[in-house]
Amino acid sequence: MTGATLPHDTAPRLRTLGQDLLGLALIALAGLAGYALFPDNLAFLTRVVSVALLVLSLDLIVGYCGIASLGQGALYGTGAYAAGIACLHGVTEPFLLILIGAAAGAVMGLLMGAVMLRAHGLPQLVLSIAIVQLLHEAANKASSITGGSDGLSGMVPAPLFGVFEFDLWGRSAYFFGLALLILVFAALRFIVRSPFGMVCRGLKEDPLRISALGIRAFPVLLKMFAISGAVAGMGGALAAIATQVVGLDSVSFEISANALVMLVLGGIGHLYGALIGTVIFMALEHVVAAINPFHWMTLVGAVLIAIVLFAPRGLSGTLDEAARLLTRSRWRAGR
Amino acid sequence: MPAAELDVRNLSAGYGQTHVLEDVSFSVPAGGRLSILGRNGMGKTTLMASLMGLTRRYAGSIAVGGTDITALGTAARARSGIGLVPQTREIFKGLTVEENLFAGLKGRPRSAIEEAYALFPRLRERRRNLGSQLSGGEQQMLATARTILGQPSVLLLDEPLEGLAPVICDMLMEAFTRLAGSGAMTILFVEQRLESALDFAEEVVILERGRIVWSGKPDALRADAETLERYVGVGGLH
Repeated sequence: MTGATLPHDTAPRLRTLGQDLLGLALIALAGLAGYALFPDNLAFLTRVVSVALLVLSLDLIVGYCGIASLGQGALYGTGAYAAGIACLHGVTEPFLLILIGAAAGAVMGLLMGAVMLRAHGLPQLVLSIAIVQLLHEAANKASSITGGSDGLSGMVPAPLFGVFEFDLWGRSAYFFGLALLILVFAALRFIVRSPFGMVCRGLKEDPLRISALGIRAFPVLLKMFAISGAVAGMGGALAAIATQVVGLDSVSFEISANALVMLVLGGIGHLYGALIGTVIFMALEHVVAAINPFHWMTLVGAVLIAIVLFAPRGLSGTLDEAARLLTRSRWRAGR
Repeated sequence: MPAAELDVRNLSAGYGQTHVLEDVSFSVPAGGRLSILGRNGMGKTTLMASLMGLTRRYAGSIAVGGTDITALGTAARARSGIGLVPQTREIFKGLTVEENLFAGLKGRPRSAIEEAYALFPRLRERRRNLGSQLSGGEQQMLATARTILGQPSVLLLDEPLEGLAPVICDMLMEAFTRLAGSGAMTILFVEQRLESALDFAEEVVILERGRIVWSGKPDALRADAETLERYVGVGGLH
């Protein structure tokens, strides 16, 4: 085709790998700091990790593919119920339960994607709401399988590696969740930077251009829905293992809407933003709700309005911009 | 005579109810170079878009490598071997140079982007820059490189030199000539810079109001001042 091939330049790849490892180390450090600072709140922290997986999964389709969704709870809840039902039927190995949650979430992601990708814009958003509401109602009606409004309970996951019990203090669940989050985050960083991830971002920017490159949008987006479903399903399964209860709230419009709010808060299209948004929203909810259980949503609403007005790209986007400006001013000063 | 890589027969196409192209027929052999000339608004860009399946077709057929692609959609046409570098460049401005190139790999290994850097070394220097941070010339290089990575058998270049500085035009023309020299691609070249278009082409067609009104060799056109004046809007070449 063209002339001689130049030797592949590995320096930028090594730099990117270094940045990724640093990011993962920071997540691990933040997790350990959470354990050290709030040893009595490990159940809450595990819930933060579980919801972070949900918000990461939402970022894959909203932030990287430009698909509007208010139904991500359908994938999270499917993973939670699948793991919960499997556990009640004798599958108690935690790693296997996470895999079952991931597989169930991926299958639901494929189904949800196959329906949602038939529409665009607002109709697509409405479809996502309809799907989560339908699943919520199905979980409510199928009480013999799901426990209905009482929820699934009585699950007893086996100890981690046969040693660490999922006890009342929640240490095992927390560290299990933290390790899962780090692994999933590393995998997602790889996926969003792969050629497949670039095609998804290209589709978000202009589907026609991608089409002119010979790429059909539907299979690409469906694949991302499946990946997103697997991640959300793992989050749901983690919640099921940690709390040993699966309720209707795990497959609700409310959790779907909250996930979107967390994503907007942290910054759409940045995986780190999904984590930052989740931590800040849930910490606000936790602290402010404890101080004032009646008006905590007012404060959360005020914070959100401030973010949207003054940092429309979310917290991570604003941090990115600040870092870029700082680098530029240093560079100019250096000249 | 080599078999036609691109064969367009009686093509009529346009937008909605508006017919732009009427009964356009031409063929280009494998590895051939065809320049398409004509004044503004005569249908050159519409012809490129129609070959890519981006317009409404009313009649006619298009074949690539002997296979009829008339009924195929845009993505399928691209997979069948047509690659378009559009007039508007249309790079992904929110992605870096390297990410833009990744998007064009179509399943090829990541290392294939070295081919793009070999063709346009400037892109290697700018690999970390966003598409929006590139100059017009660099955007054109990126748009071309991204299309080339898909290994098209028919490359459509729609006014690639428009609005660019002469030095950048020279760099691009050198790259296009290298691509053409490999013989692996059939190239259709729409360009307002007459000298560049004639120097590059083996054959030339002129479009006037959506119809082909002249076709022949570049030297024949150079010698035909009346045709140049009438259909291209220049009095002659020196």
